[in-house]
Amino acid sequence: MADLPEPVTNPQIKYTQIFINNEWHNSVSGKTFPTFNPATEEKLADVQEGDKADVDKAVAAARAAFKIGSPWRTMDASQRGRLMHKLADLIERDRVYLASLEVLDNGKPFAEAYEGDLGATIDTLRYYAGWSDKVCGKTIPVDGPMFTYTRHEPVGVCGQIIPWNYPVMMVAWKIGPALACGNTVVLKPAEQTPLSALYVAALVVEAGFPPGVINIVPGYGPTAGAAIAEHMDVDKVAFTGSTDVGRIIQQAAGKSNLKRVSLELGGKSPLIVFADSDLDVAVETAHSGLFGNMGQCCCAGSRTFVQESIYDEFVKKSVERANSRTIGHGFDLNAEHGPQVDKEQFDKILGLIHSGKEEGAQLGCGGDRHGDKGYFVKPTVFYDVQDHMRIAKEEIFGPVQTIFKFKSMEEAIDRANNTTYGLAAGVFTKDIDKALTIANSVLAGSVWVNTYDPGLLQAPFGGFKMSGNGRELGEYALHEYTEVKTVTIKLAKKC
Amino acid sequence: MLRTALTRFSSARALSQALYSTAAAPKPNPSPDIRCNQLFINNEWVDSVSKKTFPTLNPSTGEVICEVAEGDKADVDIAVQAAKEAFRLGSPWRTMDASYRGVLLNRLADLMERDREYLANLETLDNGKPFSVSFATDLALSIKCYRYYAGWAGKNHGKTIPIDGDFFCYTRHEPVGVCGQIIPWNFPLLMQAWKLGPALSTGNVVVMKPAEQTPLTALYVAQLAKEAGFPPGVLNLIPGYGPTAGAAIAEHPEIEKVAFTGSTEVGKIIQRSAAENLKRVTLELGGKSPNVVFADTDLDYAVEKSHFGLFFNMGQCCCAGSRIYVEDKVYDEFVRRSTERAKRRTVGNPFDPNSEQGPQIDEEQMNKIIELIESGKKEGATLNCGGDRAGDRGYFIQPTVFSDVQDGMRINNEEIFGPVQQIARFKDIDEVVERANLNTYGLAASVFTSNIDKAIYMANSLRGGTVWVNTYDVFDAAAPFGGFKQSGSGRELGEYGLEAYTEVKTVTIRIPQKNA
Repeated sequence: MADLPEPVTNPQIKYTQIFINNEWHNSVSGKTFPTFNPATEEKLADVQEGDKADVDKAVAAARAAFKIGSPWRTMDASQRGRLMHKLADLIERDRVYLASLEVLDNGKPFAEAYEGDLGATIDTLRYYAGWSDKVCGKTIPVDGPMFTYTRHEPVGVCGQIIPWNYPVMMVAWKIGPALACGNTVVLKPAEQTPLSALYVAALVVEAGFPPGVINIVPGYGPTAGAAIAEHMDVDKVAFTGSTDVGRIIQQAAGKSNLKRVSLELGGKSPLIVFADSDLDVAVETAHSGLFGNMGQCCCAGSRTFVQESIYDEFVKKSVERANSRTIGHGFDLNAEHGPQVDKEQFDKILGLIHSGKEEGAQLGCGGDRHGDKGYFVKPTVFYDVQDHMRIAKEEIFGPVQTIFKFKSMEEAIDRANNTTYGLAAGVFTKDIDKALTIANSVLAGSVWVNTYDPGLLQAPFGGFKMSGNGRELGEYALHEYTEVKTVTIKLAKKC
Repeated sequence: MLRTALTRFSSARALSQALYSTAAAPKPNPSPDIRCNQLFINNEWVDSVSKKTFPTLNPSTGEVICEVAEGDKADVDIAVQAAKEAFRLGSPWRTMDASYRGVLLNRLADLMERDREYLANLETLDNGKPFSVSFATDLALSIKCYRYYAGWAGKNHGKTIPIDGDFFCYTRHEPVGVCGQIIPWNFPLLMQAWKLGPALSTGNVVVMKPAEQTPLTALYVAQLAKEAGFPPGVLNLIPGYGPTAGAAIAEHPEIEKVAFTGSTEVGKIIQRSAAENLKRVTLELGGKSPNVVFADTDLDYAVEKSHFGLFFNMGQCCCAGSRIYVEDKVYDEFVRRSTERAKRRTVGNPFDPNSEQGPQIDEEQMNKIIELIESGKKEGATLNCGGDRAGDRGYFIQPTVFSDVQDGMRINNEEIFGPVQQIARFKDIDEVVERANLNTYGLAASVFTSNIDKAIYMANSLRGGTVWVNTYDVFDAAAPFGGFKQSGSGRELGEYGLEAYTEVKTVTIRIPQKNA
């Protein structure tokens, strides 16, 4: 890995408006909303606040760009790929700036933003660029004198509502497959973190995308987000966020035009550590699998089940490791752990920590705020956690590790599956039978063996049960952005 | 709209101007410097073991461009060892992320883009095709082919399979290993891209022999591959002759797959040689492709496309539309207009932007073509224009049009590989399908008609690996290309192109209990 470049600690905020048709617009209402730096609680900028009227404009632009005969529709698929590669190149050119902007708006450590978030953003766009001219239909030998084939067409205007935990990376996860398949997009970044998405919008113009292909409308969920989910002329909505809001989106789709829905929601993912695993590796991986991104990961390994005979040792080492996790603001290159994204999250996490103490879990370390400025929460470890406790059942989305004891594999599987969530799971064992049995039995969209969340964009990611619907990443993501048309031409005779 | 477009592009100069209208026109340079003329093994340039060299000629003048190191069996042996080493388990190439192979291929494409003008000039110097075509077509398609296969790297998926019993069963799509690739002289850069793209995308290692007539651009690309960052031994180039270097590759016991593009005659030799160690074989060979023109088509458009389909690349196309069957009703008019078009075809120095047609590749080809032209005259076909060598320097041949071609004539059955167009008459659809298919080749075919039923019926009935409807010679890295019958075996390009470079391994692991 190359040395980390110097961050831009005071990045200029260039774009704060609504992006429609490759142009910058103020909101129809004239309103703006503030975005804050969670490390200092200070306002960074006022951003134009999009609402229904702005969403209407964006959808109209996206619809026009999607018309038969338009530059985007008539463009060679391989050329779409070229544009996506160009966008990836531009993001790479401005990688330090974007990573710095991300630190400012989201709070995550610069090293993470630069290496992890920006690396994945660039790689994901390049990955989907490669798919653009490989989305193929079939010719099918049907009964009768027919020539039958399928066209894999784009769905149309896709609404995409993304979260604040990986702001710019989520842009790539969403627009990657959408653009590869030839769709047009109206994207609402999270109100907590609109800045990096808006900068990418400027790069979209520089890359050469036709107007209207990508539109970005910053704003709030209940207003701009709802307008997208309820819109009669949006063909598909993709949402990443909480399960609660996911339900609202799905209902909105049903109430409006039955737009296709894909959801990537919350999780309470189990990580099962067997006695025959390498303890130090398991401790470290469980630690980063929970504490990474300040615990703000949908697939965080937030229920750590440890087999009886290694339990005490595991708890001891985990507490030690959590205590050594360095806290600081994002531009401190030694910081592993930054602030939570906003006050609402901060309060919720502290509330759940309080419930853990109240309900009788053992506190190994942490358990309250760090410092008095910025939304910093101390890395917290609870052990001897019981399955009925709130911290065992509810998604905390913060730096709170919960450790449970188990005896047998069967018991671990049952308890791991005893949740309405089903996003991910991890298992640590050297035994091949255990590994494959867990992998087959756990109800989770991604199962990791002897690792956790390696971040593989070539492989599909998504939830079982209430962790979501549909898959992102890999080839599978293309299915969500494809509408299959079957064409049958009757022939004079079968041939 | 199509018709006006074609008339606009009816001259090479017009094509050049249209393509370069927004950028500075690329400059033809008849004396590009020769930067690479040795063997390329392990990312190093070396002389051959024998120290022998062979000349490569400029077909426009017959003069020697330069000497090139001549590889033979001993050199192939060294290259194979280098390739094997690069393919060893645990090597940088074997342990590289598949997606990173794509990064390297995209880098190679970027470098070709950077040196596009130089490569186009070198290609025209060594091959003779017009510079405007080298730049606009050969370079464009080659670069796109590398980018296309860069996109496949990391997407060559195996499967997990629900077999009976308590088992976890999956397939791995592994690279085959050391691949020998023997490429022809008609599209040197493009043929190299068609071969290297899928092979490198899937993680194989390569020993390639470029054609002895046209080694120069292939060798320069090897240098670019090194600059792009491919590890040593992954790509090795051995210029040399077929019966020596080529045979050494086809016969080598440690080469696990051979891919050959060239004549059907040599294809058969390769297949027999490969049998010794059962190396996997894919062949892309000759053709005598039928082009069927119905009366219900835009005649001017069909004439222009049929002209292009035969005369493109001096007729040196495996898939040239070299048997044109024209429906009775429009036959005379078609012959008249085709003759007129052929007479207008400008033949001359390929560096001159006005030239549509350059020389044939070498004296051997030129003589073979002239001989077949003579047979056409002798066997009674009607010669409408051309029929002779053009000029007395370089290997130029006049655009030639035969009509009243009968099924038994040599010019109807043998691959000419030159600027010689055959036009025959037909009456009904079943008759023409039978005559079109009555040939040991099966590379391509085409039909010109406005009727949907005829179009689909012909497309489904013609025995050719590629069928074009209302067009000709449309190539895309995404669409598979290859031959029925003796035009070859296997397919190149598209996702299909990955198969020849993939070895499927099935892994079955016993598990305590299967669950669906």
